[in-house]
Amino acid sequence: MTQHSLTVSDLAAGYSDRLVLDHLALDIPANGITAIVGANACGKSTLLRVMSRLLSPRSGQVLLDGKSIHSMPPRQLARTLGLLPQSPIAPEGITVADLVSRGRHPHQGILSRWTHADDEAVAAALEATKTFDLAERAVDELSGGQRQRVWIAMALAQQTDLLLLDEPTTFLDISHQVEVLDLLTDLNKTRGTTIVMVLHDLNLAARYADYLVAMTDGRIHAAGSPNEILTEDTVQTVFGLQSRIIPDPTSGRPLMLPIGRHGMIHK
Amino acid sequence: MTTAACSIEAIASSRRKRQNRRRTLLVAAALLLVAMFILTLMLGQSFTPPADVIRVLLGQDVPGASFTVGQLRLPRAVMAILAGLSFGLAGAAFQTMLRNPLASPDIIGISVGASAAAVFAIVVLSLSGPIVSLFAVLSGLGVALLIYGLSFRNGVAGTRLILVGIGVSAMLESFIAYILSKAPAWSLQEAMRWLTGSVNGAQLGQALPLLGALIVFGGLLLLRSRDLEALRLGDDMAAALGTNVARTRALVIFAAVGTIAVATAVTGPIAFVAFLSGPIAARMVGAQGSLLIPAALVGAVLVLVGDYCGQFLLPGRYPVGVVTGALGAPYLIYLIIRVNRTGKSL
Repeated sequence: MTQHSLTVSDLAAGYSDRLVLDHLALDIPANGITAIVGANACGKSTLLRVMSRLLSPRSGQVLLDGKSIHSMPPRQLARTLGLLPQSPIAPEGITVADLVSRGRHPHQGILSRWTHADDEAVAAALEATKTFDLAERAVDELSGGQRQRVWIAMALAQQTDLLLLDEPTTFLDISHQVEVLDLLTDLNKTRGTTIVMVLHDLNLAARYADYLVAMTDGRIHAAGSPNEILTEDTVQTVFGLQSRIIPDPTSGRPLMLPIGRHGMIHK
Repeated sequence: MTTAACSIEAIASSRRKRQNRRRTLLVAAALLLVAMFILTLMLGQSFTPPADVIRVLLGQDVPGASFTVGQLRLPRAVMAILAGLSFGLAGAAFQTMLRNPLASPDIIGISVGASAAAVFAIVVLSLSGPIVSLFAVLSGLGVALLIYGLSFRNGVAGTRLILVGIGVSAMLESFIAYILSKAPAWSLQEAMRWLTGSVNGAQLGQALPLLGALIVFGGLLLLRSRDLEALRLGDDMAAALGTNVARTRALVIFAAVGTIAVATAVTGPIAFVAFLSGPIAARMVGAQGSLLIPAALVGAVLVLVGDYCGQFLLPGRYPVGVVTGALGAPYLIYLIIRVNRTGKSL
């Protein structure tokens, strides 16, 4: 199990006229599952974009094993750090096997041939995501849950020790959300893959992550284990929502119950 | 990881099957092109037997055939093939890069830009030869930069670029019309070329710069074809796979514009070949692998066959651009209707 450190130090980043993140620092625990949560437009996706070098920082650095990812050769970085963006595009009519094999891109040179290692990585990725039987199907024909598993398979074929995911469960129904998160947990447990994901659902984040990062207004409000972080105060500050936290009877993790204006039984 | 040898073998064999299918289709397309090439050398107003055609191609002197085949048909066919390869290749490169069939250089004004510069150079500056090509290339690049700059806002969105391109293209077309209206009447035949594209009066000497540009710029595009493939998955995914998106884009634009501009400077903007070749090639080879080479082959067949139809199969003689234009226009309408139905953006 390789240990990689991913560190964000004194980061400022944003888009042309707007600074989204300022003075942000974060240490991603190696071989853990980190979930970044926060209200809409709090900067969580921007943070993930900077950490996966889709966006360059205005100042500060993202360090992978002590080296700035923004000055590393892109191919080399792509062999260690993978990313599943929010809405990747499947070319029309592409088959599952073909799409997943494109995850091998950073391992291949301009003229290099397809090797046994490439086939092996693709087969392993398909098996791990239980999409082997879909290999010859067209991606367009698959259900949303299947398609998301295929995209994860593609990221797996890339064979990176770190995997960043931007809202991997959006647009999926609850059973498929759980399926995807279970799959990521399997990866983390069996291969020690460090997982960092942006999640919308606070309860699923608390259930699956070892390390929770709560963001508000482009800053990190709190970071730590779900039990430390998911408190009524945090939910109030981060989401502006009144809530009750109870222990989840099945997992022992904290469970957030939103109260809202009509949620109370008695006044 | 322990992955069963049989599943690896299954993946490997499915991959080989895909690769073989692609290879077979490419060989078939290449053979079709060669067959069409020989056919257009044989047929015309008079019939030349294949044996004579081959003897002429080998450089032997055949009475009669040496002139009709060697002087009339061969330069025309060679030019048609080179122009078709260039248009098909550059069109598919743009369409792949921007993930949109409408993003072809003949829709977004790059061909028109090259053609406007060539018209200006020929009619107003009375230039001819390679300097015209140079003019066309520079102006094609200039128009590409202009469109890129005008549509840049927090990165380049495909739709914005296409709309800006269509606008620029309309402006340049009226510029060409203006210059042609000032041109002397005797050069009208020549002027037609700049409206629809034609291989009339082709000479083998013109083929050399075209071939050179195709080798240099086309080679550059082919070297980038893997990164271009990654771009089909979206800019973010391409970057996640280790592609330098900005650099790939810049190189592809430069090389594709170079390819198309040199070809346009020689034959004029042969209507819709760049636009049609990629989608036809995609129907042919599917999503498996790069569209560059298949689209180039399709483009060459289109121009070669289109030119033959325009000369001999239609009542009267038409430049090849009229034939390809007639093919392309319905497809453009179909695309727009489909976009309307599915409610997708352009």
